[in-house]
Amino acid sequence: MSALGRTIMIWISAVGIAILLARGISGLPGFGNYPGPYGDMINHLAPYERQVTNAVSAVNFDYRALDTLGEEFMLFAAVSGLVLLLRGKRGEAISAPPLAERDRPPKPRSAAVHWMSFGFAGALILFGFYMVLHGHLTPGGGFQGGAILGTATLLVYLATDYSVYRKSLPKTADEFIESAGAAIYVLVGLAALLQGGAFLQNVLSLGQRGQFFSGGAIPVINFAVGLEVAGGFALLFAEFLEETREEKPGEKKG
Amino acid sequence: MFALQLTLFALVALGGTVTVLTRNLRRQALLFSLYGMLLTILFVVLQSPDVALSELTVGAAALPLMLLVAINSADHSEKK
Repeated sequence: MSALGRTIMIWISAVGIAILLARGISGLPGFGNYPGPYGDMINHLAPYERQVTNAVSAVNFDYRALDTLGEEFMLFAAVSGLVLLLRGKRGEAISAPPLAERDRPPKPRSAAVHWMSFGFAGALILFGFYMVLHGHLTPGGGFQGGAILGTATLLVYLATDYSVYRKSLPKTADEFIESAGAAIYVLVGLAALLQGGAFLQNVLSLGQRGQFFSGGAIPVINFAVGLEVAGGFALLFAEFLEETREEKPGEKKG
Repeated sequence: MFALQLTLFALVALGGTVTVLTRNLRRQALLFSLYGMLLTILFVVLQSPDVALSELTVGAAALPLMLLVAINSADHSEKK
């Protein structure tokens, strides 16, 4: 197709999309108006039915826990696929640093980066655990906390160097943590079956709303999701960093 | 409050446009992180802290990081 033809095509498509978008937006409820009954019902019922103060967690890890299970395994499949694709293409030795320019020694880290990363790594890991463990009480939860923990592993890399990072956070540990999280989620669901309930039904004691031990299975599932996401993200970063390494001649293929 | 929301909507629109129009890939990844930060603030102002936290960790931190590493990796294999 000629350049003129393409230009005509894109304008016809753009006008068509604009018309459809305008029609769609004009049919939306007004800004700030919530018409559906579902959210309001959850807001009123969840604190009493499930003894949690974060209604979003009650939806994600109790009322619609099966959907979240699907989402967890989507992440699991994505990370597994990436690992399968990337592995075996380059060596597994941890001596050569990543992100290096060819034929040039790696730039030394500045003292500021080194110490700031050290300081923030500890605080961030603590905050990540807090977020994972308080999902049923305050905003956040397993996914957000797990993502924070996974990202904090990169600060370990920035605070030390590549070989220390790879030795202190081996990929087998990431894999184990990720799989354990996914497994615990399913086991919590199966445990409910043993108790005579439905799959993923919240059969644990619900406790008192606002207390740390409350919400029954919700904090347990949150913890499982936190493990899975933290392990998955840490593994993703390790694999991506490894991809930028300069392979040494004769290095063992992974 | 409405003025704040309006300002943030405008900033998010501006941030998205600037990110798309930037041609330098590394700069684009960093701008994308800034755009994620703007979205996070917008979500907080619209009173959805759960979504804001997800956007902050994934959109503003994890994804730009992965993009930067991927860009570096692509540069590297091109030079060979």
